[in-house]
Amino acid sequence: MSPTANKSLNPLPMKERIKVPRQLMPEQPADERNKNFSEVNLGYSPELARQEAQRCLECAKPTCTDNCPVGVQVKEFVELIVAGDFLAAAAKIREDNVLPAVTGRVCPQEDHCEGKCLLSKKVKPLGIGYLERFVADYEQRMGNYVLPNITPTGKKVAVVGSGPSGLTVAGDLIQKGHKVRVFEALHELGGVLVYGIPEFRLPKQIIREQLDYMRQMGVEFETDVVVGRTVTIDELMHEEGYDAVYIGTGAGLPQFMGIPGEHFNGVYSANEFLTRINLMKAYKFPTYDEPMIDLHGKDVAVIGGGNTALDAIRSALRLGARKAYVIYRRSDAEMPARAEEVHHARQEGIDFQMLTAPVEFISDGKGWLTGARCVRMELGEPDSSGRRRPVPIKGSEFDLPLSVAIMAIGTTANPIVQSTTPGLGTDKRGYIQADGESQRTTRTGVFAGGDIVTGAATVILAMGAGRRAAKSIHEYLSTGQW
Amino acid sequence: MILRIYEEGERIPVTIENSDPERGTISIVVQSVGKTTYLLNSLNTGDQILDVVGPLGKPSEIENFGTVVVVGGGVGTAMAYPSAAAFKRAGNRVLCIVGARTKELVILEKEMRTVSDALMITTDDGSYADKGFVTDKLRQLIQNGTRIDLVLAIGPIVMMRAVAELTRKENIRTVVSLNPIMIDGTGMCGGCRVPIDGKSEFACVDGPEFDAHKVNFGVLVQRNSMYRDAEQRSLAEYQRLTAEKAAATEREVEESCAIAPRGER
Repeated sequence: MSPTANKSLNPLPMKERIKVPRQLMPEQPADERNKNFSEVNLGYSPELARQEAQRCLECAKPTCTDNCPVGVQVKEFVELIVAGDFLAAAAKIREDNVLPAVTGRVCPQEDHCEGKCLLSKKVKPLGIGYLERFVADYEQRMGNYVLPNITPTGKKVAVVGSGPSGLTVAGDLIQKGHKVRVFEALHELGGVLVYGIPEFRLPKQIIREQLDYMRQMGVEFETDVVVGRTVTIDELMHEEGYDAVYIGTGAGLPQFMGIPGEHFNGVYSANEFLTRINLMKAYKFPTYDEPMIDLHGKDVAVIGGGNTALDAIRSALRLGARKAYVIYRRSDAEMPARAEEVHHARQEGIDFQMLTAPVEFISDGKGWLTGARCVRMELGEPDSSGRRRPVPIKGSEFDLPLSVAIMAIGTTANPIVQSTTPGLGTDKRGYIQADGESQRTTRTGVFAGGDIVTGAATVILAMGAGRRAAKSIHEYLSTGQW
Repeated sequence: MILRIYEEGERIPVTIENSDPERGTISIVVQSVGKTTYLLNSLNTGDQILDVVGPLGKPSEIENFGTVVVVGGGVGTAMAYPSAAAFKRAGNRVLCIVGARTKELVILEKEMRTVSDALMITTDDGSYADKGFVTDKLRQLIQNGTRIDLVLAIGPIVMMRAVAELTRKENIRTVVSLNPIMIDGTGMCGGCRVPIDGKSEFACVDGPEFDAHKVNFGVLVQRNSMYRDAEQRSLAEYQRLTAEKAAATEREVEESCAIAPRGER
């Protein structure tokens, strides 16, 4: 029975709730944080969390939950915060979301739960993400995870990739009693959460603790396994006895623009740049062996307008860049990055060169980047994406001096699993074909989800796919019906 | 494959020279050129390394082409050897050319001989076998009218480029194995991109073997020099420390590494 079915625990009368302003997220000051990798957002205190939670209108038909890719029971967990039972609130979220401390930080709530919050029709929406983060952090601080009761089914599932979708599948299926083993190609677990998203947005310690919790539930992990090369899907199923496989191999090969000079030393893909920093700790060279270009006093630009672009350029700024530019060919309105991240980046001193695109890179004649020749754009008619197409303005070329340029313009499908798994259907872009509801592929017993199916998207959408896949894998393992 | 020796270590790509599934071993041959390779060659039997991941990349294309010339330069000979053996097993006539700077760097001579119909050896300084370059031998073969259906060249970039230039004129199909800067080795980082016929390809997933006549070797040389200063600094620091420990380092050692059991750390 829902606690709201009878009487609300919220002491605040309905009409008062809309008058309470949204509680601001405490932040590290911009001119301090742009020099360190500590988290930007500091998190709500219990008092702030309860004040914010009291703003919830407790809708009879909550649109927040309907718009959550994993279906978090927002109204219920928020009410538990109002009641002061933060651990129960965390457990409530965990029923649907195995990574609340992650999504509480990096999920674009404005596109999901908060975007449909009834409050947002009049005032600012409920801070659902901030509240989710608060209870997840509270639970971690207390070290008080409640382990679910699990009855073993004797079935074995292999999960390929330890990113957000793979972890979701693993977390859901282990609770159904299936044996789950997660294979990771890199030497560290977490996928994009560890190699891609920087410390100042998602501390690695958060991931480690979430992984520890999953281990306690019984999930097994194995690093340094490139499925498709080290072991194939067929070997997993026919020789190692897995009853089902979930493929969540994530974002693929970084794209380049195809303009002259992209091979100059100093031009990185965002994936490489972020991997050197986050996974390989190259900024700690020579304590760590992996090198990167020293950014102190250098001018750096990222090409692209997504979250990855901002993660890269904000990292560059923290590593001592003198000038840090975002070069984006459309305008603010079309930027795919989260508004909060754009806001934070501007506060930190990132220079946004909007409606601008590089047309070629310039070198010192010895292969080292010295700048980008750019052109200004204007917006024309809408293109196939529905966004107005950027058109170069004749004669607007200018040279921007740069030592490092980072390409963050998207990815294409990684071919390794597809090319080594006979009968696994792919679409014309090379992504794995999977049913949008069941996440079933064209191979019996093989499921797929996340970026390897949809192309680059968000953590929460990958988790949503993982959630659907787990449900469908459980059905398949229970019934044997494909 | 890619390996990482210890927690603060870098990931480096290396080529598997041999494997023995029954014993659960793989063999790699590594020349000491930087900190990681020096460190690797300083390990003793029974020592452990933290990470081994692979095999990566596309498998070599092995079939009966007819006559195949396998060119191995320096430590590249170790990578050329398994291919030469496979070409032989596939029924090819295999002519091998092994080149090295000097006598001590000529490796796997005996092994190469067992899989070749003919083996030619050159050293840059003439300290062993014939003085000269591998391309001198290849040019001789061509001038003698030897029918060559395929050339596989593995070694320093300058050598592979020279082989490619020679065979391009003769229209002989030529394959080279590239070893650019790489981090993940699974297609994620794009650090190993090389212009192939003007289009960016990734050595880790599209290679490591490519049509030599389409490779932009100039870009490869330039990109591989990207971290030269850091690499030298890292090596100097390592050598200073090892000198302090009075540890001896060897120029070139063959290491046979047990594959660490797959498992979580």
